[in-house]
Amino acid sequence: MRRHDTMMEFGIRIPRYWRGKPFRYRLEGFRCEECGEFHFSPRLVCRKCGGKRLRRDKLSERGRLISYTVVKSASPSFEAYTPYIVGLIRTEDGTTIVGQLTDCDPEELHEGMEVEATIRRLQTDGENKLIAYGYKFRPAIPRP
Amino acid sequence: MPQIRDAAIHGYGGYVPRLRIKATEIARIWGKESGEVPIKEKAVAAIDEDAITMAIEASRYAIRRAGIDAARIGAVHVGTESKPYAVKPSGTIVAEALGIGSNITSADYEFACKAGTEAMQSIIAMVSAGRIEYGLAIGSDTAQGRPGDALEYTAASGAAALVIGRETRDAIARFEYSVTYVTDTPDFWRRSYERFPMHTSRFTGEPAYFKHTVTAVKNLLAENGYSINDFDYFIFHQPNVKFPLTAAKILSIPLAKVEPGIVSDVVGNTYAACSMLGLVKVLDIAKPGQRILMTSFGSGAGSDSFVITVEEGIEERRERAPPLVAFFSRNKVIDYGMYLKMRDKIRV
Repeated sequence: MRRHDTMMEFGIRIPRYWRGKPFRYRLEGFRCEECGEFHFSPRLVCRKCGGKRLRRDKLSERGRLISYTVVKSASPSFEAYTPYIVGLIRTEDGTTIVGQLTDCDPEELHEGMEVEATIRRLQTDGENKLIAYGYKFRPAIPRP
Repeated sequence: MPQIRDAAIHGYGGYVPRLRIKATEIARIWGKESGEVPIKEKAVAAIDEDAITMAIEASRYAIRRAGIDAARIGAVHVGTESKPYAVKPSGTIVAEALGIGSNITSADYEFACKAGTEAMQSIIAMVSAGRIEYGLAIGSDTAQGRPGDALEYTAASGAAALVIGRETRDAIARFEYSVTYVTDTPDFWRRSYERFPMHTSRFTGEPAYFKHTVTAVKNLLAENGYSINDFDYFIFHQPNVKFPLTAAKILSIPLAKVEPGIVSDVVGNTYAACSMLGLVKVLDIAKPGQRILMTSFGSGAGSDSFVITVEEGIEERRERAPPLVAFFSRNKVIDYGMYLKMRDKIRV
């Protein structure tokens, strides 16, 4: 019989959420010094080239929208946010990542539009009401 | 009350959510005359926004204007009456999101709409005492109004943040004096576990807002020998547009010195962020050497009044982040149904 673990009862896996803060909050991860591949979480070996020299790095907070889709039917943790948009973004440093888009409607979006990272609620655990915060992208607010 | 020694604004930032609801839309739902609404429209936080996310937005701009490594910030104090957690600090989330270190003091302040300037007072004191190099003072709220209540027209969402450090020649503005005036006044309150605040209607005006606001300003002027003519801008808390303009009239302040700091007409009452957003709007246009008198008001009740003198650094630093008007023009008007969804007023 599985050991009773209170944290497993949460929809949000708290240890995983807690460990993932550097990337979810600040887009910080690890970059391979040999091939330049960016990793969202700590790794001993680069998944692309097998290199073993990885250093802390941070993705650019600005990028361009490559593509997107609208989610209308979501898992319970995300139901309150539907419909929401998930986008494929290429950041200014050339990394491609997936992220939710916010502060926009689908009809405003087009390929190549400039977006910037912001922090929003990602989900709220229904029973326990823990809030998971993390990055989303929005249409870039013009620089002065 | 104390002269402030060696504390200055090095960075400032304001944030207003994208969504708006017209006051006439709220009036339509409740069968009120559209001519009676207190403001034009108010800002509504989206369903994925709260006082913490907005605090992060405003602080990001403040740090960008300060041009400092976030790790040099030694305190993150957040004033809000809509903290997402009853027990769990907002400031620690703000600090981690912005890459501020862990060796900081962090606290959430509550004094209704004066909570933001409470955070300013504590950060100013810590900087003046030499306890920290820089501190972040934040006012952020997703204000709640019971559906159908008079507050629903104005209770809005927004945030403002200041990076405060020691005085330098290239600072944005320096603090000179502050005065605080508080009394036990039951004009507005919200008990634990209650979703919406209670208020005493007309009682919120004369014995609450006007008494504390006007007294704080008069005390400050009397104690420090300033007159109305010594100031270029006056910023007040803005539960609506009428109250700050009336306070100005009582104090014989020309409206031209008050209007630049008015934000509630198109944003609403952003509670702890309100007077701080007024300051942000004024700093976006102020010139070196100009003097600002900023006075907050929080129900319960009290006012903080500050004398702030603009420094040379403002011209270059304000260009480092978007002006507040960029957030005024970035807006999408929603109807009442969408407003209920965004503000989590639909419970099934």
